[in-house]
Amino acid sequence: MLRGVVQEKQGTRVLDGLDVTLPGGEVTALVGPSGAGKTSLLRLLNRLDDPTAGTVLFRGRPVAGYPVRELRRRVGFVFQAPVMFPGTVADNLRAAVALAGPGEAPVAADERWVAGLLESVELDPAYAPRDTEHLSGGEKQRVALARALATRPEVLLLDEPTAALDPEVAERLMSTIVRVAADSGRTVVMVTHRLAEARDFTTHTVMMEAGRLVEAGPTRALFERATHERTRAYLASA
Amino acid sequence: MLATLALAAAGDPTTLDVSWLDLGLAGALVLAAMGISAWQRLGLGRGFAIGAVRATVQLVVVGYVLVYVFAADRWWLVLLALAVMLAAAAQASTGRVGAPRRVVLPVTGTAMLVGAGLTLAYVDAVVLRPGQWYDPRYLIPLFGMIVGNAMNGAALAAERLTSEMESRRGEIEAYLALGATPARAAAEPTRRALTAALIPAVNALMVVGLVTLPGMMTGQILAGASPLLAVRYQIVVMFMLTGAVALTSALVVLGYRKRFFTAAEQLRPGGPA
Repeated sequence: MLRGVVQEKQGTRVLDGLDVTLPGGEVTALVGPSGAGKTSLLRLLNRLDDPTAGTVLFRGRPVAGYPVRELRRRVGFVFQAPVMFPGTVADNLRAAVALAGPGEAPVAADERWVAGLLESVELDPAYAPRDTEHLSGGEKQRVALARALATRPEVLLLDEPTAALDPEVAERLMSTIVRVAADSGRTVVMVTHRLAEARDFTTHTVMMEAGRLVEAGPTRALFERATHERTRAYLASA
Repeated sequence: MLATLALAAAGDPTTLDVSWLDLGLAGALVLAAMGISAWQRLGLGRGFAIGAVRATVQLVVVGYVLVYVFAADRWWLVLLALAVMLAAAAQASTGRVGAPRRVVLPVTGTAMLVGAGLTLAYVDAVVLRPGQWYDPRYLIPLFGMIVGNAMNGAALAAERLTSEMESRRGEIEAYLALGATPARAAAEPTRRALTAALIPAVNALMVVGLVTLPGMMTGQILAGASPLLAVRYQIVVMFMLTGAVALTSALVVLGYRKRFFTAAEQLRPGGPA
């Protein structure tokens, strides 16, 4: 939940008094034209950035009140361009485990664990020993997703995870993401420019423009009968 | 200045004097350089002329300052001279780092003070042990070499860390997002910056005597010292410079790395502050 959030970057106001609630256990799409502040909002949720003013709440508590590393392990982030760490696919997944804080239940990051994690993102466990340099964009994004899941986060944030992928590859990744969320009751918040993706794969949609909330609600309701003229015009382009 | 280390103990009466007339004759070699510049229209003639005059004036002034410091024989005067050398080098270390001087200077200055200072103290108190701990004939030339090398190491480390932190923003944030500490998130840039700073020191150890005859050793031999003593001094100097560069560069990356992150362990959007 965000209250009165203002974010300024290099003198430009990218979030301008934003109030929005992101419902738990749902798959939420953040949509809106470029420059709406979608990515800026997402980065506030696990404190990759802090707002200039206003409060970001996680489970009713300001995010600044959590130890930042603990927060980031509970709120995972998948970036638009997947960044692979040097080494194999398994190395990448184990890196996430190696970063566990002292208060976390230990995970035996053995071969079975790696295989299970890969299967959960619909990658063949035979990928485990492969060097990440030789993976395709879609495969890298699945490894990045598995790596984010390795910390067993309660919330998963995705910044245009399919932006660099072919439509077909993107669609398969989206169904994986939705299934991962449904299996675990995890909250997912996703920035997307592909409106069909928002319509077909999410349960809640937040429409933003110029750093402000335009409208938010259940995805189907919003796509079928948006109350706001701007939302109707924007969603009609889907 | 380096030649002054040529230990009067080994002083040789056959050392040739260089008169002012001799200096003038040596200047003919600069005229040759100016001639080449004029011939190829390089436009460097003025630079050579001004440079030759500046070099002469600077060195003569330094010579007189050293004569005074040596004669005065006061520990605080020696330390003052070392402080001036350090300040000048620290200032020069911030040049091409690619970040504001007010950010870089405190880091490189502190690192050079500690790295160069500890190295000099070790060589003075443990290795050479001159009769008087502040003997300027040892401290000033040794510190000149230490600070010069520490400066290069500091500048290389800082410059490389700046560029690596910028080009690896995505990787650093990916680590942070998984709950990594800033030190862990920036481990690769740190390693690369340190490697860049230390490779010249490794190379210097490899080629000394084969490709390069260091200035200090040359100076000592010219001044009449036994080549074997000159060589032993040079070995001390090489080891000393290796330690100084490593210590200073390590302090630079540790101190400088922090400047890229906020207190909440976020990567600063505008670079180090």
